[in-house]
Amino acid sequence: MAHIKIQEEPFDQAAEEARLRNGRSDIGAIVTFKGTVRGSEAGGEIAAITLEHYPGMTARELERIATEAEARWPLKGVAIIHRIGRLAAGDDIVLVITASQSRHAAFEAASFLMDWLKTTAPFWKSEETREGTRWVEARASDDDAAARWKR
Amino acid sequence: MTRRLRVLYFAWLREKTGTRMQEIDLPADITTPRALAMHLASLSAGHKAAFENLARIKLAINQQHAGLDDPLTDAHEIAFFPPVTGG
Repeated sequence: MAHIKIQEEPFDQAAEEARLRNGRSDIGAIVTFKGTVRGSEAGGEIAAITLEHYPGMTARELERIATEAEARWPLKGVAIIHRIGRLAAGDDIVLVITASQSRHAAFEAASFLMDWLKTTAPFWKSEETREGTRWVEARASDDDAAARWKR
Repeated sequence: MTRRLRVLYFAWLREKTGTRMQEIDLPADITTPRALAMHLASLSAGHKAAFENLARIKLAINQQHAGLDDPLTDAHEIAFFPPVTGG
């Protein structure tokens, strides 16, 4: 059962890893991915972003992709924590942790989770630039990354 | 026969329509999100602008991703939004 959280407040990476480990001795690999707010985009300065989401659907969608990862790889644990609201440049946005007996499953599952999260989880970013606030456009490269996992 | 349907908008669709949520009576002859989008576009100038280019819009029926030509048969909630940009 994956640990899923959507929250405004910062997350504690060490505490989340410890929660996942939870005294188990059958885990040989923990992969943690952390996404943070870039301070520039295409040369322009970004002061902050604001993340909007679809309450109700978001947690369900994250659980769906976590369940898919657990079906594809022999995982001992999965955590997905995504922040919402206004986040300044340098702030953490998302934390994905996968635990497995060996590294390959943990690496691949973490990569899969981020690729799917980016293309299916109902979050939308707006960026604060010098010229004003604008909505971030989805990237074709993210669709391509997610398509790698199609089967 | 009409049915109540909750319609949600996110990101720039919310801004253009000027609304997060509205309840409508779904006319019986509207059976797909595509037809619904055309109906909603007639509600206001903001709605018209929001639904100008359906190729830029994604949607969910009852909080699950769906397509423009999927059936609205069991829909009680539909959301329109741009392609997602989380992570």
